[in-house]
Formats: sequence, C-alpha cells, structure tokens
Amino acid sequence: MEALPAFLSALTLQAGYNATLVAIGAGLLGIAAGSVGAFLFLRKRALVSDAVAHATLPGVGLAFIAMVALGGDGRNLAGLLAGSAVSAGLGLLAVEWITARTRLAEDAAIGAVLSVFFGFGVVLLTIIQTMTSGRQAGLESFLLGSTAGMLYADALIIAVGGALAVAAVLTLRRPLTLVAFDAGYAETLGLSARRMDLGLMLLVMAVVVIGLKIVGLILIVAMLIIPAVTARFWTERAEIVVALAAMLGGISAYVGAALSAAAPAVPTGPVIVLVAAFMFTLSLLFAPGRGVLAALWRRQRFQRRVHLRQGLLALAREERILEPLTLRVLRRAGLIRADGVATDAGRARAARTLRDEARWDMALLQFNDEMVAGRYDGLTPIEEVLTGDEIAEIDRRLARPGVVA
Amino acid sequence: MIEAVGLGPDFVTFSLTPILIGVLAAVACALPGNFLILRRQALIGDAISHVVLPGIVVAFLVTGQVTTWPMMLGAAGAALLSVGIITAIRRLGRIEAGAAMGVTFTTLFAAGVLLLEQSDTSSVHLDVEHALYGSLESLIWLSGMGWGSLLDAAALADLPPELLRMAVVAAAISVIVAVFWRPLKISTFDEGFARVLGLPVGLIDLGIITLAAVAAVAAFDAVGSIIVIAMFICPPAAARLMTNRLERQVGWSLVFATLSAVVGYVLAGYGPGWFGAELSVSAAGMIATVSGVILVLACLFAPQRRRSGEAREA
Repeated sequence: MEALPAFLSALTLQAGYNATLVAIGAGLLGIAAGSVGAFLFLRKRALVSDAVAHATLPGVGLAFIAMVALGGDGRNLAGLLAGSAVSAGLGLLAVEWITARTRLAEDAAIGAVLSVFFGFGVVLLTIIQTMTSGRQAGLESFLLGSTAGMLYADALIIAVGGALAVAAVLTLRRPLTLVAFDAGYAETLGLSARRMDLGLMLLVMAVVVIGLKIVGLILIVAMLIIPAVTARFWTERAEIVVALAAMLGGISAYVGAALSAAAPAVPTGPVIVLVAAFMFTLSLLFAPGRGVLAALWRRQRFQRRVHLRQGLLALAREERILEPLTLRVLRRAGLIRADGVATDAGRARAARTLRDEARWDMALLQFNDEMVAGRYDGLTPIEEVLTGDEIAEIDRRLARPGVVA
Repeated sequence: MIEAVGLGPDFVTFSLTPILIGVLAAVACALPGNFLILRRQALIGDAISHVVLPGIVVAFLVTGQVTTWPMMLGAAGAALLSVGIITAIRRLGRIEAGAAMGVTFTTLFAAGVLLLEQSDTSSVHLDVEHALYGSLESLIWLSGMGWGSLLDAAALADLPPELLRMAVVAAAISVIVAVFWRPLKISTFDEGFARVLGLPVGLIDLGIITLAAVAAVAAFDAVGSIIVIAMFICPPAAARLMTNRLERQVGWSLVFATLSAVVGYVLAGYGPGWFGAELSVSAAGMIATVSGVILVLACLFAPQRRRSGEAREA
C-alpha cells in the first residue's frame, strides 16, 4: 500500500537525488529515442537498431578488461559506454559492408551481426568472470538495464547524455525530416541523403549507448521502435510522427522510471517497455483513421450504404427484399414500414436511386475513361462526379432509348 | 592412439554429448534458416527466440515446476502467438514487417523478464542469463566412462535427455524438409508460379515459420537463444554465398553449422587452456562467434558472394 505514495513521489521528483536524476535522464532518453526512432521507422530501417544494440556488448566487455589491465576497477561507466560506442559502430559498419558488398539482404546482415557480436560479448563476459582483479559484479545489468545501485556520477552521465541527444535531434530535425519524407527531393535541395543517414545512425548509436544502463541492450530497441509505430497511428504527417513519438517516448520512459523507483524489485527496462507497449495497444485499437475500431466502424458504415442502395433499387424495381440487414437498414431510415411496404419517402428515394443508376450506366458508356469509370463504385451519386450540363446531356440521351448504338 | 589426440574417456564424459547436442541444435536451426534467408524473413528467427522466454515463464507459473513438455508447449505457443501478433499489426495497422516485429518481440520479452523477476523462480534453474547463454557445458554424460559405454545399455540410459530430444527434432525437421522439398523450393523462389500450380502458399509460409519455431524452442532449452539466432542466419547466409543452387546451399549450410558447433565447442572448452587459463568460456557464445568468422570468410572469398550481374573487380 505504500507503493502508490512512493510512485507519486518519484513521479514528482521527490524520491531523492539519484532517483530524480535517473527519472530526468530516462525522460530525456525517451524523447531522444522516440524522435530518432521515428526517423529510423520512416526510413524503414527500424531493425538496424537491433544490430546496433546487441553489438554494444563486446565493447562493454573489452572496455572492462582494458580498464582492469590499466589498473582501474573496471566499472567506470563513462569508460564502458565509450567501449560500447566503438563496438556498436563496428557492428553498424559490418551491417553496411555486408549489405553493400555481398548479395545478402539487410535483414540477414542485421541478424548475423547481432548474433555474432552478442555471442562474442558473452564469451568476453565469461572471461571476465574468471578474472581475479576488477569488480565485475553488475556488468550483466547491461543486458537488461538496472537503475538500482546506480552511483551519482552514473546518473549524472545519463541525464547529461540524454540532454545532449535531445539537443542533437533538435538541431538536425529539419534535414532528417526532409530525407525521411522524400530522399529524392532532399537531394535536389543539396542535402546528401547518405550523410543524413550517417548522422541518423550516429544518433541511434548515442541513444543506444546512453540507454544501456537504464533499459539494457536488449530492450533499448523497444524505446526506438514502439513510440514511432504508436505515433504513426495518429497522423499521416512525418513531422507530427516525430514530435508525437518523442512525446510518447519521453512519457513512457519517465513514468516507467518512476514506477521502478517506487518498487525496487521491479526492473526499470521492462517496465518502461511495457508502459510504451500499453500506449501502443491503445493506439492500435482506438486511433482514428488507422485504428482497428475505426476500420471496423468504416467497414460497417460501408456495408450499410451498400445495403441501403441495393434495397432502394429493389424497391424501385418492386422486387421482394429478403436480406434481413437490408430490411433493417431501410426500416431504420424510415424508408419502409414494419411490414416491408415502402413509405412515401422511400418511394421518392427509390426513384431517385434508380435514375442515378440509369445515369451511371449511360455515363459509363459515354465516358469510357478513368476519370469517370474509375469513380463508379455503385455508391457515389453521379452529381459528385459530373457537372450539371453533363448530367443534362445524359438525361437527354436517356429520354431517347435506342439512339445509343 | 585415441588418447593421444585427446579423445579419451574424459572426452566421452565431458565433451561428446555437448558437442553432439550442439551439432544437432545447429543443424535443426540452419535447415529452416535457409528458407528464411531466401524469403527475407531472417529476423523471424530473432523474434521467435526472444518470445520463447515469456512462454517458458508462463508455463512454469502454470505448472509450478521446471519440466520439459509444458515448457516446450509454452514456448511453442508463445512463438506462434508472436507470429500472429506480428501479422495482426502488419495487416490491421498497415505497419511494415520490421517495425511490427520489433514492437512484438521487445514487448513480449519485456513481459517475460518482468514475470520472471516478480515470480519466485530463484529456487529453480530459470533465469534470464540461462535463457540467453544456455548451458551446453553442463549437458555431460557422467556414466559415459569411455568409448565402450556407447555399447553399455545402463550407461546409455543415463544420457542427457536433451540429446534424444534434439536428435528427434533434428531428424523430424530433416524429414519434413525432404518430403516437402519441391513445394518449399517453388514457393520460395517464385510465389506467383507456386500459386498457379495450386500450392497452398499461405500454408507453406506458416509451415516454415512453425518449423523454425520448433527448432528454436527445442534448441533454446539445450543451448540458449544466442546459438539459435546465430544458427538460423550465419550458416545459411554463408552457404548462400557459395552457390546458386538450393540443394548445394542447404548442404553447405549443414557443413557450416556442424563446423561452427564442433570448432566453437572445442575452442570454448580447450582454447583457454592453450593460453594457460584454467576455466573455459561460454560455449554458446563461442559457437556463435565461430559461425560469424565463417560468414566473414564467405563474404570475403566465397565464389557467389556478389549479386548476379554486378561487375567483378579485377
């Protein structure tokens, strides 16, 4: 029962110096990860981040070994992060090299790099476990992230790193958006898509490295991908996807960090990811336009329109209607009575519908082109497609059957 | 003579079964991997091996014990569930495959880790590191006192159960691939033609992914997820650079997978000794590393490494 006050105090930055720095750092990291991930997503290269993240592990191990060899205790976070950045860079180069120089596709390159680098990292970790010097405890936290037992200096590195990453994204947002949105157009403006992609990859590396200590290398991919996909549900505009993804990433990281600060047994990384996944699920279901419910609703409305139209045509041709849905739609619109006989309004509308259908038939014969024929779906009234003069011409022809040969 | 090359009784006790299990796991994963690579679905293997974790944790929470069959079922269920979720996100949300995959496997993996940390699993052999690294080294054959034990029924009964299980799975996958060879090949290279022939393309798709999931789940239990991902991708990718014929590609991939498992295990177990270190390093990690070295060599020297039509350098 003391979890809620603890959560609230963490959320309002009252839970101590370290927790505050971690929450701020995580929030900044979330903003940076969300926006960088949005650019990656728009460039259709979301899973490159998976390779980059897994490729950090050998760097962490080698940096530890190097620092111990130089006489340190091996746990200096800045040193470990520098090592992880170097090996993440190598992993990225390997992906690019395999994709450019061999016939293997990018997904195979990503999978190969992530499994091999990670495997080699695990080999290094087992070597480190057998080392007598150096304090290796806690090195595994790079796999899944951990904020428990974080030193003040570590928290400060994360907060400052997050702020720098956000600043870099803000500076580069315009060219990155242009390239993500339309690489060809960006080139004509003199922007090198290649160079911007390189900059984007550097940003991805930075986000991954800063995120290691908070969410760990396996789950940092989630912070890059999930907010971007979530944002995509709400808008068709590239800039808004980026802004929304930054916001969603910031919120999930901040709330997740506060949650895990309130309950020390709860690991930070998974909580942050699950908060983000929760918002994703809501968006998948409820977003207007691309959401599942909106699609279902559109489908149903379309179905009703089809049944209404077919029902009206049947009324006009005095055919019997047996379809229960058609009867229900007509009855609810007040076009037929409960016993199935057409009302006055129903007869008028049925006549209009029949005339519309006849005009369409004629129009399809007369205008045998995409502009008109392409618009025929059995639902759109012809007034929305043709001008009054054109319809008048059609009506003239309709009045003289047999002339059209 | 046998002793002289290091294949004495100790080898039978401590190395024979892990190497065999490693080879079988590598082969079981590399076989479906060939088709995943050609279909640009290489990362499905990555996704599946991540979601195996929550499946195993849930199976443990339901049954309360670490037994094989519930865990295999849980893992297989989670793998198929994840494929369903990925498809649903792609279709319903109109999201590209890579991003849909990323959302799904990271979320399920996070849920698995959280469940694991929250449930009281500390007393049993179930933790994240084990899931990632596996424990190939511990699958030793204590009753195997020497090569003669291979003829001793009592000693054979004491073989690690993972060996038999992996052998059955590897054999089943080989048989299925052999039986369905033609439809697999046709639908992989020319989906349109496969449709014209009336092949159930969607079913074949699902079948390949199911094969991959079965291989991943069986291997995961014995050797951890690193080997699974590496073996799905590296040997088939290296084999792809060796030849243009699918038959030969599959053959090469099996050679590379076996080579990775044997050389990797030997390097992990005996390599540190050559440098005067006492303890061994992670066998799973080393096997993945060796498969990566093989792939790099293939990228540099294999005869068919370039795209067809691309100019060769002098």
